[in-house]
Amino acid sequence: MSAVPETASLVTAGRVPASSRPLVRLNGVSKTFSNGTIALKDMTLDVGQGEFISLLGPSGCGKSTALRIVAGLGEPSSGSLDWPTSEHNAAGQPEPEISFVFQEPTLMPWATAFENVWLPLRLKGLPRKAAEEPVMEALSMVGLDQFRDAYPRELSGGMKMRVSIARALVTRPKLLLMDEPFAALDEITRFKLNNDLLRLWQRFGWTVIFVTHSVYESVYLSSRIVVMASRPGRVVSDLAIDAPYPRDEAFRTSPVYNEHCRHTSAALHAAMDGGEHL
Amino acid sequence: MTALDPANGAAKEASPASVQHNDTPQPVPRAEEASDRLMRLIIPAVMLGLLVLLWAWYVSAYDVPHYILPSPWRVAQSLVNDWPTLSSALLVTLKITFMALGLALAGGVGLAIIMTQSRWVELAIYPYAVILQVTPIVAIAPLIVIYAPTTQVAVLICAFIVAFFPVLSNTTQGLKSTDHNLLNLFEMYGASRWQTLRYLKLPAALPYFLAGLKIAGGLALIAAVVAEFAAGSAGANSGLAYRLLESQFRLNIPRLFAALLLLSLTGVLIFALTSAVSHLLLRRWHESAIRREN
Ligand SMILES: Nc1ncnc2c1ncn2[C@@H]1O[C@H](COP(=O)(O)OP(=O)(O)OP(=O)(O)O)[C@@H](O)[C@H]1O
Ligand SMILES: [Mg+2]
Repeated sequence: MSAVPETASLVTAGRVPASSRPLVRLNGVSKTFSNGTIALKDMTLDVGQGEFISLLGPSGCGKSTALRIVAGLGEPSSGSLDWPTSEHNAAGQPEPEISFVFQEPTLMPWATAFENVWLPLRLKGLPRKAAEEPVMEALSMVGLDQFRDAYPRELSGGMKMRVSIARALVTRPKLLLMDEPFAALDEITRFKLNNDLLRLWQRFGWTVIFVTHSVYESVYLSSRIVVMASRPGRVVSDLAIDAPYPRDEAFRTSPVYNEHCRHTSAALHAAMDGGEHL
Repeated sequence: MTALDPANGAAKEASPASVQHNDTPQPVPRAEEASDRLMRLIIPAVMLGLLVLLWAWYVSAYDVPHYILPSPWRVAQSLVNDWPTLSSALLVTLKITFMALGLALAGGVGLAIIMTQSRWVELAIYPYAVILQVTPIVAIAPLIVIYAPTTQVAVLICAFIVAFFPVLSNTTQGLKSTDHNLLNLFEMYGASRWQTLRYLKLPAALPYFLAGLKIAGGLALIAAVVAEFAAGSAGANSGLAYRLLESQFRLNIPRLFAALLLLSLTGVLIFALTSAVSHLLLRRWHESAIRREN
């Protein structure tokens, strides 16, 4: 990965404590689908600025639903979302700079890597020339500046995912929402992208909400893990992972890591035994 | 640039250094590809030559009268001698076919866009498009001849009606098959309706549209011929179909064959043209236009 100019000097040595000013607050958010499924029930969560939060839970516990509600894709059935620190647009809607990384790369197959990353800026009216610099910067953050003219079909699964991440980064979001972004990747690629993500997060001081099935991945990445249970989807425990950053491969084998994994696993099992599960 | 170009086609995780490494030409597949391309030209050409020889041999060996089956030579002669008549008829047929195709493309794509923007319009219009399509064009042609100012316009309308539907239904299908995740993405980034249409729905519909175009191209020619049969046009402004019938009445079979030959060549030309357009537009990204490499 090439060096990136330190334009965003948001480098945070010590993380901002979660309690001070939450970026977003979920107030008793519930979501019932038209077929009667209660995907989320009374979810309350403060997402502090600069936190790396993982939503961990069994399949169908409403992780994606929660993430989509935060992203503004679908309204909650009851409860509300507060953005205490964000500006509001003309319609009175909060307009935090949010980016979403889907489980699949979700690239436009007819567009090159460059054009895919350009998309969010293009939709804001930025022409190709003016977008050149931010797009190339985002591509080099994920190590793909050499592949700017490649079409998605010419890229491997991991590379496609990195293009998708570059597209999320190009708007310089405050809040990055990731829905099992690495679930389909092999372990080696996943570890590498985990490290890349952590480094970028530290450098730019984003807030991240990261959905995952994997206890190990969530412990490695997160400053905080929110464990959810299903039917109805709800939060059952909220664990702080207070191991210091930067974390690297040595952390993966450390006793502290193992201890956190054991603890988190236990919380997850308790959550699954509490509700029905598959 | 082909999809095989290793400079941007490296389909594996590669560091920049190894990309440059791969940049040397790979002679084996290239040579194979070239000979493959040559064979694709040579084999059909040889086949054609053999068939013409067989035809010529059959006609002379069995002394077939030329008003039943003319020799290839007589057909060629007729093609040259009757060229003034045939070429003007060909021009008429080409003009009608391509005008019908152009109108069908504009109308089909336009209506598809309107229908996918508004459910009401779709409900109001689509059933009638289907009815128009399923009613045999030969049955509507006599009516159209009565209403249209000239026979040529009548033929044009018939060809348009037939070519229009595949474009409409394919494009509609394409516009509706956009990836939902991409739609969500566009919504999240606050894309306007127009932006979503332009950057997402239209490109996503392109392969469907092009499949419709290929069908419509062939159908436009068929309809132009059938409609001319049904309309019974005559005189200076008539197309190849009329010349064909006329040759039959006069038992000028060599000319009938010559007209037929021109019609099939036109069909082949349209097919080649639409296929080339489709390949050019899809070659970089769509599975249908890319050679499998594994
Ligand atoms: N559009 C929908 N209509 C009806 N029910 C839905 C819809 N989307 C999700 N659900 C239901 O809501 C529940 C939560 O779904 P959600 O996708 O949020 O789960 P998840 O935690 O993300 O699961 P996974 O880990 O498998 O992705 C599930 O029971 C699902 O069946
Ligand atoms: Mg999910």
